[in-house]
Amino acid sequence: MAQAPALSFEKAAVSLGGKTIWSDVTLSVATGEFVAVLGPNGVGKSTLVKAALGLYPLSAGRAVVLGRPPGDAGRDIGYLPQRRSFDPHLRVRGVDIVRLGADGHRFGMGLPVGSRRRAGRRLDRARVEEVIELVGAGDYAGRPIGQVSGGEQQRLLIAQALVRKPALLLLDEPLDSLDLPNQAAVSGLISRICLQQGVTVVMVAHDVNPILSALDSVVYIARGGAVSGKPTEVITSSNLSRLYETPVEVLRTSDGRLVVVGQPEAPAHHYDRHTGLPR
Amino acid sequence: MMGGLFSLHFMVNALEAGTIVAVVAGPMGWFMVLRRQSFAGHTLAVVSFPGAAGAIWLGISPTFGYFAASVATAMVIAAVPRAAIGDRYSEESAVIGIVQAFALACGVLFVGLYGGFLNSLTALLFGTFLGISDWEVRVLLAVAVVVLVALAGMGRPLLFCSIDPAVASARGVPVRLVSGAFLILLGAAAAEASQITGALLVFALLVMPAATAQQLTPRPALGLVLSVVLGVTFAWGGLVVAYFTDYPVGFTVTSIGIVALAGATGGRALAESTRRIRTRPA
Repeated sequence: MAQAPALSFEKAAVSLGGKTIWSDVTLSVATGEFVAVLGPNGVGKSTLVKAALGLYPLSAGRAVVLGRPPGDAGRDIGYLPQRRSFDPHLRVRGVDIVRLGADGHRFGMGLPVGSRRRAGRRLDRARVEEVIELVGAGDYAGRPIGQVSGGEQQRLLIAQALVRKPALLLLDEPLDSLDLPNQAAVSGLISRICLQQGVTVVMVAHDVNPILSALDSVVYIARGGAVSGKPTEVITSSNLSRLYETPVEVLRTSDGRLVVVGQPEAPAHHYDRHTGLPR
Repeated sequence: MMGGLFSLHFMVNALEAGTIVAVVAGPMGWFMVLRRQSFAGHTLAVVSFPGAAGAIWLGISPTFGYFAASVATAMVIAAVPRAAIGDRYSEESAVIGIVQAFALACGVLFVGLYGGFLNSLTALLFGTFLGISDWEVRVLLAVAVVVLVALAGMGRPLLFCSIDPAVASARGVPVRLVSGAFLILLGAAAAEASQITGALLVFALLVMPAATAQQLTPRPALGLVLSVVLGVTFAWGGLVVAYFTDYPVGFTVTSIGIVALAGATGGRALAESTRRIRTRPA
């Protein structure tokens, strides 16, 4: 591998409130790859994304994100947190939400005074239009975000994450709460972005099947640690049995889908889905 | 008849003060409504009552009392630790409720300690446009300029934090700091509004123009401008009607606001339903 990895963890661990969420996680995501982070509920998949963003400190090991320590690469990362949806009464247009991706972090009056400022504004506006076009949200970007569907909101948020031409996209369950046709459409969009824009995509997913054909590799986390590699090499009976610390079988259907059988039901420890903190 | 209005010095001061307050309360209210922090805004206004009552009891200008109490309370609310990033206002409402109850109780105490007949009690709670001095107008103006400049300076990060705190903080926006700064500005704006509409009716200028503007447009910039225009209209309308009818100014401003908000909400519902009928396939 000539190029440095876009994201790597080495024997990393995260503890929150004195509780170890996961430990001994070693993984590497090459530049331009489309990678899924899989694992049972409450195992700390979102925590992995937040650790990569530098929002949670590592309690052991080290992480490198785009050649820098986590937290230093924030401006080059597009991030889509896990969420249900926007408040239906939120009266702000989709295009304004996308625009926040371009200039939402900027303090100052932002008055269009001076030719450089005006030129910068025009560039921002053109880029906002470009990404809205890219995700196919042109028809509803002018409507209040609370009033468009979940799939449409997700596309607008992907556009927001893409505005600043990030090198790395971190997506936390972007297919969650979407119906099947929308899951297929949004995952198709994400893999197209990965290929055409040359963006490295790390996506937390609940179910690998909607994205299986597009993935370069997967990271599977469970309480017993993490394994990464090609999907068919990682999602095997022996690997998952070791990770879950209980016998698990992986079956392959005739159309290529993977079915995991015998995994324990929801773990005994419950975590808040949004904060990753123990409830 | 209207000419007579402007020849009265107290009325000119009231109109100036009303305009200044409305211009500040409009955009501050727009963000407050967006952030669902109306309860915090109301509490920051309510605490201005014990602030003013305490100042009168101590023999200093109630103007100081209004600002000191509201801004200090904003700092207390801002200091309440919030769970984690992305978890909005979890502990806040209980803390705010406690602060509000205690503030009202302190207000009653200060009125009691003052002893004598405090004929401005109704004015503190429900507003007045009598006796706003030139000096008070200048203080209102100075505070308004500071609040508006600060708000303009942090406008975009504030919008980002208000809509999407998780993404904003991942992008390096100091969400906690911005939210705290907003609360302090809101304290100053609530204290300003209290001096026209009284501590209990600040929503007439802080919520009604902003909520009406949000009904009328989903564009942030236009919404902010509209909330100023509507606020100034409510304030002037309320002051003029109060002058000619002798109804309390808190009532007249609030009534105009209610009518505008109801009209905007009804108008939007009507527009949306006709659009739905028109786009329905035949």
